[in-house]
Amino acid sequence: MEGKANTPVSSPGASEEQKRYAAVLGAMMKIGFVLLVITFILYLAGVPKPHVPVGDVSRLWGLKGEKYLEAIGVEKGWSWMGRLGEGDFLNFAPIALLASITALCYLTIIPIFIKKKDMVYVVLASLEIVILVLAASGVIPSGGH
Amino acid sequence: MSKKRALLFTIALIFLMTIFAVSMVQAATGESSPANPGGSDSGLVWWAWPIILFVVTFALGILAVLGGVGGAVLYTPIIGGFFPFGMDFVRGAGLLVALAGSLAAGPGLLKRGFADLRLAIPVALIASTAAIGGAMVGLALSDAIIQTSMGIAILAIVVVMFLARKSEYPDVQKADKLSSVLRISGIYHEPTSGKDIDWKIHRTIHGLVLFVGIGFMAGMFGLGAGWANVPVLNLVMGAPLKISVATSKFLLATTDTSAAWMYMNAGDVIPMIVVPSIVGIMLGSLMGVRILEKTKPSAVRVLVLVMLSFAGLRALLKGLGIWK
Repeated sequence: MEGKANTPVSSPGASEEQKRYAAVLGAMMKIGFVLLVITFILYLAGVPKPHVPVGDVSRLWGLKGEKYLEAIGVEKGWSWMGRLGEGDFLNFAPIALLASITALCYLTIIPIFIKKKDMVYVVLASLEIVILVLAASGVIPSGGH
Repeated sequence: MSKKRALLFTIALIFLMTIFAVSMVQAATGESSPANPGGSDSGLVWWAWPIILFVVTFALGILAVLGGVGGAVLYTPIIGGFFPFGMDFVRGAGLLVALAGSLAAGPGLLKRGFADLRLAIPVALIASTAAIGGAMVGLALSDAIIQTSMGIAILAIVVVMFLARKSEYPDVQKADKLSSVLRISGIYHEPTSGKDIDWKIHRTIHGLVLFVGIGFMAGMFGLGAGWANVPVLNLVMGAPLKISVATSKFLLATTDTSAAWMYMNAGDVIPMIVVPSIVGIMLGSLMGVRILEKTKPSAVRVLVLVMLSFAGLRALLKGLGIWK
């Protein structure tokens, strides 16, 4: 470990890929949070009408996830996509957006690694995207009680 | 009152007023369910819970910043132990809380060069893969087993947090082979000393193996992983403390994303729990950063350890059926 005095105040550690990652992350994150708050307020206001009335959620939130889906008649996985017209499921759009940001950020930095001929990190970043897409896809069994 | 503080206050107020207004309308129209008003024989009207959740997570957000821990390690055992929500939903929300906190902090940490992408990418790949395994196991277990094992894990975390010493600039004589191949090293500017700090790491393989366990636990219990990331990055791999803390916070977004998707796909996400939690903990964290300037973090850290011990004990006894 070495300290060097009298050096510029800029951040020497922020590489091109870090700056790109930070820019994409910053923009997407702000959109995601704003949408999260807006869709939740709409949900509470009943616009559009939720699948489960807000006053009934408390009867279900103590259940196991699987029983909850059974009780509300919704299937596992991405079935919420077909229900975005319902106030409660509309909230899943910004939640899914927030959960997709990391993969999107990785996607945007791969070209920089390719440009730098940094093939090890091209492979690592690509593998990470594969892992995240696999987890998101629902093809991996997510438990059963 | 500064503009930022006024904005925080306004958002919090609008949020609380919306929940309150909806509940009033529901009470007037009789839409809520009188048979089970509080959801688990709690005796409270249903809408009290999201409001209490928001207030509690706001407080947890403040404490997390002051205590130097991620929000989820406090969130999951405390909300799981004292709220009428199923553990699946609490763990799903815990992961999303950790994810949201990491996303919010990420841009600043990366731009300043505190979080290091070259260090985070291999670590995140290992941890996020293991988190999927953890989520699969966690989702297949009963609430009682999860509560019991989480109680034990939380109490172990308290011991780790209590005993682990931190090293601001660990002495890394020579970078190991793997970190050299991956070119994991860097220079960051330390504003407090005005110096640029060169850093490199060692024991990379040891660290990566430990991240298998960290990722697995994050996915299984929905705890986030900051409590373990920092000691491994700092003490085992030899990254400077500032790089370790920042990279840990940043890589939570990747580790917890894979597990969060597993919980989402299993139907373990309820917006009425997730959104007040995320908004509460984020507003609390912003407030915590402001309070941090005027508080002694060491005193708060003791409080966090006491709270974690209590929450861990509660989870353990609840899981064993001793304290229902």
